[in-house]
Amino acid sequence: MSSVNDLTNGPTSLYEKRKSVFPKQVDGPFRRFKWLVMAVTLTIYWVTPWLRWDRGAYAPNQAVLVDLANRRFYMFDIEIWPHEFYYVAGLLIMAGIGLFLVTSAVGRAWCGYACPQTVWTDLFQHVERFLDGDRNAQIRLDRAPWTLTKLWKRLRKWSVWLLIAFLTGGAWINYFADAPTLQRAFWHGTAPTVAYGTVLVLTMTTFLLGGFMREQVCIYMCPWPRIQTAMTDEKSLIVTYRHWRGEPRSHGLKKASEEHIQTGDCIDCLQCVQVCPTGIDIREGPQIGCITCALCIDACDKVMGQIGRPRGLIDYATELDCEREMRGEASVSALKRLLRPRTLIYLALWAAIGIAMLFALGTRTRVDIAAAADRNPQYVRLSDGSIRNAYLVRVRNMQNRPRTMIVGLRGLPDGVMWSEGQSRAQASRTLRVDVPADQVLKQRLYIVAGAFGPARQDFVFTVQAAGDDKETAEDDESFVRPEEGQ
Amino acid sequence: MAEQKRIDHPTGTETVGHEWDGIEELNTPLPRWWLLTFYASIVFAIGYVVMYPAIPFLHGNSKGLSNWSSRRELAKTMGTEATRKAPILSAIAATPIENLPGKPTLMNVAIQGGGAAFKVHCVQCHGSGAAGSKGYPNLNDDDWLWGGDLKSIVYTITYGARNPEVAETRTSLMPAFGHDGILTPAQVQDAVSFVRVLSRQEKSSSSSRRGSALFEANCAVCHGPQGKGNRTVGAPNLADGIWLYGGDRETLTQTLTDSRRGVMPAWGHRLDPVTIKMLAAYVHSLGGGEANPQPQLVATAQATN
Repeated sequence: MSSVNDLTNGPTSLYEKRKSVFPKQVDGPFRRFKWLVMAVTLTIYWVTPWLRWDRGAYAPNQAVLVDLANRRFYMFDIEIWPHEFYYVAGLLIMAGIGLFLVTSAVGRAWCGYACPQTVWTDLFQHVERFLDGDRNAQIRLDRAPWTLTKLWKRLRKWSVWLLIAFLTGGAWINYFADAPTLQRAFWHGTAPTVAYGTVLVLTMTTFLLGGFMREQVCIYMCPWPRIQTAMTDEKSLIVTYRHWRGEPRSHGLKKASEEHIQTGDCIDCLQCVQVCPTGIDIREGPQIGCITCALCIDACDKVMGQIGRPRGLIDYATELDCEREMRGEASVSALKRLLRPRTLIYLALWAAIGIAMLFALGTRTRVDIAAAADRNPQYVRLSDGSIRNAYLVRVRNMQNRPRTMIVGLRGLPDGVMWSEGQSRAQASRTLRVDVPADQVLKQRLYIVAGAFGPARQDFVFTVQAAGDDKETAEDDESFVRPEEGQ
Repeated sequence: MAEQKRIDHPTGTETVGHEWDGIEELNTPLPRWWLLTFYASIVFAIGYVVMYPAIPFLHGNSKGLSNWSSRRELAKTMGTEATRKAPILSAIAATPIENLPGKPTLMNVAIQGGGAAFKVHCVQCHGSGAAGSKGYPNLNDDDWLWGGDLKSIVYTITYGARNPEVAETRTSLMPAFGHDGILTPAQVQDAVSFVRVLSRQEKSSSSSRRGSALFEANCAVCHGPQGKGNRTVGAPNLADGIWLYGGDRETLTQTLTDSRRGVMPAWGHRLDPVTIKMLAAYVHSLGGGEANPQPQLVATAQATN
């Protein structure tokens, strides 16, 4: 009865305090690979906005720029307009299938190495070890009463975390405006409010998520581990404890050999638990908290080396391989494991979307026309009895230079057009418009045609860029006349 | 359903005590930070209730310490907006209407502002697309009763048409030829025939030939010998394809018998001059706007008056 009201004590508590994790320093091939991935990803993150890319006089010279104000997305030689958002959608689909592909090939590698939550948590834990010492010193400090020394050490650590968090948030905004200009404005206090707000929010989220939430993000907040449990199968590469080799665990090899006790390779040294950044015991089997960062492999291999046993008591392995190994059969080769239908299908899908997008990018035209007919009124009868329709025509010049375009009509044989600002006397079948570089020209057009004809007559607006490239585009429209007797 | 709470061994967590077909629910503890977030949102809610209008009473509601109200916020926003617009509106006020097209920025603002004002004041008669309806002119076409240049449109909007309250109003009164006994019903039919020949809706007939003489005697003084109309008196062009009330025989018979005397309100004393200018710019932009009259044409028009 008391369990419901007692919120703090005992196994029946409804609310649980976070079990602090103090991962121990470790070295090994996987740790060094993690260092490399961290260096590469952080470098990409911080350096990319500062890369320059010459696009001529009419476009920004930042290599990667999400220009929200002008609704353009620049990535090196590629410029995406809002109506081409399907390229971004395609990239997102590729990212999704890419995650499936990576999962099917090498398991939760994203979680373990490349996820920003992992990278920044890792970075923060290095800061922690550098300032406060390794695991044991940290535990001592954590349990120590609040003295001035502890306060100083905590403030020191939080300051460095905040600095990293601020650099993280401060770099994010560089992707959305010209980085040198924005940074100058930022430090002069003249940047847009949204820039300061973004930096503040991202600084605080980085500080909280990397410094305090850490593995709880993976365990409670992130959907990906849940998806992973559905994605992994018996052929997925997961970090596995070879329990058939490790059990029963020995506590003291000398004692075991003296007493002739049959023991496994695991000496229960708890190194695998102590280095784990999410605080789990891998020997309990696959679990949602395991991000497959493989640091426990490094730790265990080192111990196995010290006690003269072969490495790999904890290792990357598939469930299928484990079963074969337990039965004493040879394990499946890595290549054969990779070249399974599931992986190949993901790869084919991923590549097909990529190739289709590259093809579309390579063949797209940088001119477009889109017309919207006036709906109210749909038509106007003029004094000579002829019928006039009005259209709002948008001509897009998606090249970084001003171009003259020729708007024309195909179909509607007796139709002539003139633009707002001209008069009917100037009407003709074609119209020259000057479209500024990288802009949309909005032009209201009037088309007049005889009163006799179908109530709805289809025709095509065409546009051709004058000059050497002769890019063309067209848009289907219709000309509306009053029904008979109106 | 018996309450059989027990500790689940693999997880070490208590069950909630429910069981369906062997499936039990674990009472997994929530993380404490989640609870703290929940408390924080309660504290926020209390702060909100204290600071902002929140509690309804029988009459009115609690005001909150911040004294915030959406009505005041709206007034403030509208005030800011009025201040923002003030320079360009005064520029429009200072520009004579006929010079407005020479200033594209002002003209564009005027067209947009006029469109907004049109939706409030004019759509009731002229329709939301300004296409009019029977008796209410279509403002999109190139046919104007009183003139389609900016200055004429401003005049028409300011003083209205056949408005008894305003002396300067656009006025002309077509006689009710049939009703007042000026023409007999048969003569009305002949005149209608001639008008329909003028507008190329009918072939010439004996009736229209009789009507020709009647037209010359009764109608040509306002509508002109070829029925081309006269804007000075607002007499419509009868030879074109546009009819305010309708060009069929029945409607024309009614028009000649009883006359048509459409009325438009005078907006000069309801709207400020800038709004009227903007309305004129908008109406002028709908596709039928005419160029400013040349000075010598104005002189001849005045000479004929």
